[in-house]
Amino acid sequence: MRLEPIAAPSHARTLGLPALAIAATVLVAALLAALAGANPLQTFGLIVKGAVGSKFATLETLNRATPLIFTGLAVAVAFRAKLWNIGAEAQLYAGALVTVLIGTQMGLPGPLALPIMALAAVLAGALTLLGPVLLKTRLGVDEVVTTLLLNFIMALFISYLLEGPLKDPMGMGWPKSPALPRDARLPRIVEGLRLHWGFALALICAAGVWLIQTRTTLGYEIRAVGQNPQAARFAGIPVGRVLVKTALISGGLAALAGFSEVAGLKGNLTSDLSPGFGYTGIIVAMLALLHPLGVVVSALFVAGIFVGADSMSRAAEVPTYIADILLAAALLFMVLAILLTRFRVVRG
Amino acid sequence: MGPKDPARDETVLRLSGITKRFGALVANDEISFALAKGEVVALLGENGAGKTTLMNILFGHYTADEGTVEVFGAPLPPGQPGAALAAGVGMVHQHFTLADNMTVLENIQLGTEPLWRLGLGRSAARRRVARLAQDFGLAVDPDARVGTLSVGERQRVEILKALYREARILILDEPTAVLTPQEAEALFETLRKMVAQGLSVIFISHKLHEVMAISSRVLVLRHGRLVGEVATRDTDRHALATLMVGAEIAAPEPTQARPGAVLMTLDRVETPPRGNRPGLRGVDLALRAGQILGLAGVSGNGQGALADLISGLEGPIAGRLRVGEAEVTRWSPRAALAAGVGRIPEDRHKTGTIADFTLTENAVLESYARPPTANHGWMNWRAAREAAQEIIAKYDVRCPGPETRIRLLSGGNMQKLILGRVLEAAPRIILANQPVRGLDIGAVTYVQEQLIAARNAGAAVLLISEDLDEILTLSDVIRVISDGRLSPEFARGEKTAAELGQWMAGQGFDHAA
Amino acid sequence: MSELVDILISASFWAAVLRIAAPLIFATMGELICERAGVLNLGIEGIMVFGAFAGWVTVYAGGGLWAGVAVAMLAGMGFGAVHALLTVPFGLSQHVVGLGITMLATASAYYAYRLALPEVTNPPRIEPFQPLHIPGLSDLPWLGEALFSQTALSWAGFACVALTALVLYRTPLGLALRAAGENPQAVEAQGLSVAALRMGAVIVGSGLMAVGGAFLTMSAFSSFFFEMVNGRGWICIALVVFGAWKPGKALLGALLFAGFDALQVRLQQTGLGQIVPYQVFLMIPYLLSILALILMSRRAQVPAALMTPFNRGER
Repeated sequence: MRLEPIAAPSHARTLGLPALAIAATVLVAALLAALAGANPLQTFGLIVKGAVGSKFATLETLNRATPLIFTGLAVAVAFRAKLWNIGAEAQLYAGALVTVLIGTQMGLPGPLALPIMALAAVLAGALTLLGPVLLKTRLGVDEVVTTLLLNFIMALFISYLLEGPLKDPMGMGWPKSPALPRDARLPRIVEGLRLHWGFALALICAAGVWLIQTRTTLGYEIRAVGQNPQAARFAGIPVGRVLVKTALISGGLAALAGFSEVAGLKGNLTSDLSPGFGYTGIIVAMLALLHPLGVVVSALFVAGIFVGADSMSRAAEVPTYIADILLAAALLFMVLAILLTRFRVVRG
Repeated sequence: MGPKDPARDETVLRLSGITKRFGALVANDEISFALAKGEVVALLGENGAGKTTLMNILFGHYTADEGTVEVFGAPLPPGQPGAALAAGVGMVHQHFTLADNMTVLENIQLGTEPLWRLGLGRSAARRRVARLAQDFGLAVDPDARVGTLSVGERQRVEILKALYREARILILDEPTAVLTPQEAEALFETLRKMVAQGLSVIFISHKLHEVMAISSRVLVLRHGRLVGEVATRDTDRHALATLMVGAEIAAPEPTQARPGAVLMTLDRVETPPRGNRPGLRGVDLALRAGQILGLAGVSGNGQGALADLISGLEGPIAGRLRVGEAEVTRWSPRAALAAGVGRIPEDRHKTGTIADFTLTENAVLESYARPPTANHGWMNWRAAREAAQEIIAKYDVRCPGPETRIRLLSGGNMQKLILGRVLEAAPRIILANQPVRGLDIGAVTYVQEQLIAARNAGAAVLLISEDLDEILTLSDVIRVISDGRLSPEFARGEKTAAELGQWMAGQGFDHAA
Repeated sequence: MSELVDILISASFWAAVLRIAAPLIFATMGELICERAGVLNLGIEGIMVFGAFAGWVTVYAGGGLWAGVAVAMLAGMGFGAVHALLTVPFGLSQHVVGLGITMLATASAYYAYRLALPEVTNPPRIEPFQPLHIPGLSDLPWLGEALFSQTALSWAGFACVALTALVLYRTPLGLALRAAGENPQAVEAQGLSVAALRMGAVIVGSGLMAVGGAFLTMSAFSSFFFEMVNGRGWICIALVVFGAWKPGKALLGALLFAGFDALQVRLQQTGLGQIVPYQVFLMIPYLLSILALILMSRRAQVPAALMTPFNRGER
């Protein structure tokens, strides 16, 4: 077999195939639920109810989506330039760490604290990704493996800090940092509703990234470098510098996830702050086809699945990991479906 | 050697009613012909006529939509190069299919033994290769890494691959495109030996004089159809040209050049070697306003290094590069563009354009950062679209519109967009690296006329080409590159093709230096 | 300093080096085979997780040890087949598909584990592979403990290197595989199927990765727990680069790497462990991997067609 490009794909193709991918994902989930001895329809019902079935559930989903929008954007920006940043997890923790350090140690006055924490977090995340990117542009070291390995190094570093210098003396021996003072917390958007300004910041960032990608020369450069670095270089686009700028944006966005989780939700740093938000960001970004506004939608979807599956697994005998399988399968089905909207399989 | 009548002689190959479509394009339209034992048939046609497609079907890279192939009377299963090889068909591809990091012997042995077997039987293979090399005049070191070989040697490896498999029918796709005239003659000698031993050869070319020299029969393809089949001795170049193109198209005739000031100077310039290919070695070069300087040479002799230097991709490691009178210190693609260098790259697909970008986005690739396309980092897409539309109209780029992805365009239209992008910036110096390779004759003429017009308007043009005919037609002065060195400057008409061929093969440099 | 010498002359240290190296060796050979044929397999981490689970659960359910290895291998080949299908004939991004496979395989293992053992907090143990007693050699003083106290699965790992090298360099199949990673057009023009070679390489390589994972639960430890693979897959990718895509050098890299790993565990028990936090020791494997990548960045001879999909008829 081989693939032949389709000049003008039909609507049936561009809409039907992704729909088929979703159907296939649902089928996989149904099989998994059946495997666990549960009724698939009932399981799905429980997931949906758990995700958006009540005001509490919906707010929980929005809260869960917040860090995923940030990491999804981080991945989307980087992948657009074919910069394989798999290290959003490390950048998230770098941002969370700096947030806690500044929030608890510097005693900044209220109105100053939050912006400075956010900026410092962005800087920390950007610097975390800078190393692997410079290794890539200067020495040609593959950034996939270096960013992945940095995740493990960062996790150990955080673990050391939480058991050592950053340990909360009032923490009853738990490895966690002291809590942020009241001034250094992100307020809620609407008083009484458990949703903080981190969510709004995430939406603003999505719009900002969209503006950068479509309206600025940097966005044009990023796309050119991602599509064809050889032609970009020939045309006078400084490929290395564009990759570094991309990395700074990407790392900064991922770090904002850490900032928002600490300052908006948790109030302190623990080593389980992120249940893999950095990795899930890859799924979020890919399901959104790397479109920054799409990232918001797909982050809400992914968060809903996670929150719903958590709630479902409390009621039914289906392990919550069904959510992870479902999303990984959705990713694989979707990339295949998108490919087949542009190419047809022919014999020979 | 007289023409053969396939009905009378032993037919080794028969194609019947081969049709192949790519989308709406009919690449091959009901093509039928037969090949007899011991003859050389030339498949003649301009770029895009469907020659390579036809041979790829015969060899099994593609499957035909209709039609059959018979080899030695037995039908050939479609779409299987393995079956073609087993039936005795060998193919020397235009772009060699060799693994650079492996030895000659490994490349020859690849796929010839059952996969599930211990041991490679190298010594027996080495002996067979040595004998074949001797029989057919194909000297090459079997233990050399292919990456270290010259283009001519690589071609010999390709032919040895086919002979090692005891091919009885050999297809050669544009085999002389990369050779000096002398190397081409040696290749012809090998082909004659093969024919004398009863092999049959299909020789794909668009060069008339070669077709006249080697073939006994000529098949002419145009727009995917077989439009003529003549015995070589019954025809001449003129008649073949008319058949090939359909109507006579006059090649552009440049008027007398009026060379002006020197716009760019290379002074004993050296660049680092790349892998096993030479960089520039002490190159002096002056590009004058109102003059086309043609650079002839066999590919891989430093053309890439020179092109990269002038495009700004690479700086000299020794010597000086001057634009006008000013010596260049910080050299980059951007600096080159700012200095008024227009660049038509060798590979329009990989270097010249970004396939999934629209025409608009490709049109501003070199000017996106400046007004009117951009202001303080913000893109002005309306201005970009207007620039694209201007190029499309002025340079006759056939396309559905400026928002079409450029990968949907034909090579000729793609090249016209690049040409427009370059010329609209009003460059003082133009680097044209293989500007017409792979284009159909209409586009070739158009691009060449534009280059002449730019020269007449006072630009200095450096034309790099492996096609000696193109160099001879267009150049006001000619220089030859070989192993990273440049020959002295020859005036138009000063040297014949054969004399230039000797320079291309590296002869004469030691005296000149 | 004397503590370091004590460690280096202890037989148990060298035995540990071999034990730590073995799973890495399996998975590194698996990755090397994939990459030599032109496919980067980032599914490695997840496939190792699934292999660890599949091998363990087979034995836990009453199967034999070798049956566990076989099940792990087959499961790995299954994930490899999905990877191969998506990246070879469909030519999808090897980065995206690989990461997707890692997520899929990891989550599947965790899901299946929770299904099999819903209420367990303490992971149950199985009876793992025991050191193979080699008459004569195992009884040698010092050497016997240092080098000849390995399990049969360890020995299989070392045999796997020899076999990989033999196939790659001494058989027509290996020649074809290497050519598929260098220039697929050359393979196609010689009548072989690039897709079959690459898919075969990815499937077999993934099987080896899973066996590497199974080693963890069946030879190194005796139970399955979450996050036990802990980045070993990514380290193996670094080892392939460090070994310049050659089996022998990759083996050397794995041993060197295991040496540092065994050393850091022991150094934690020494006076140094009192001063330096244990996390620093645990970072060493990851830091070493990055260092290896940097060191080899300018030297290694990457397979020329690595990560380049091949679409027949596109030329």
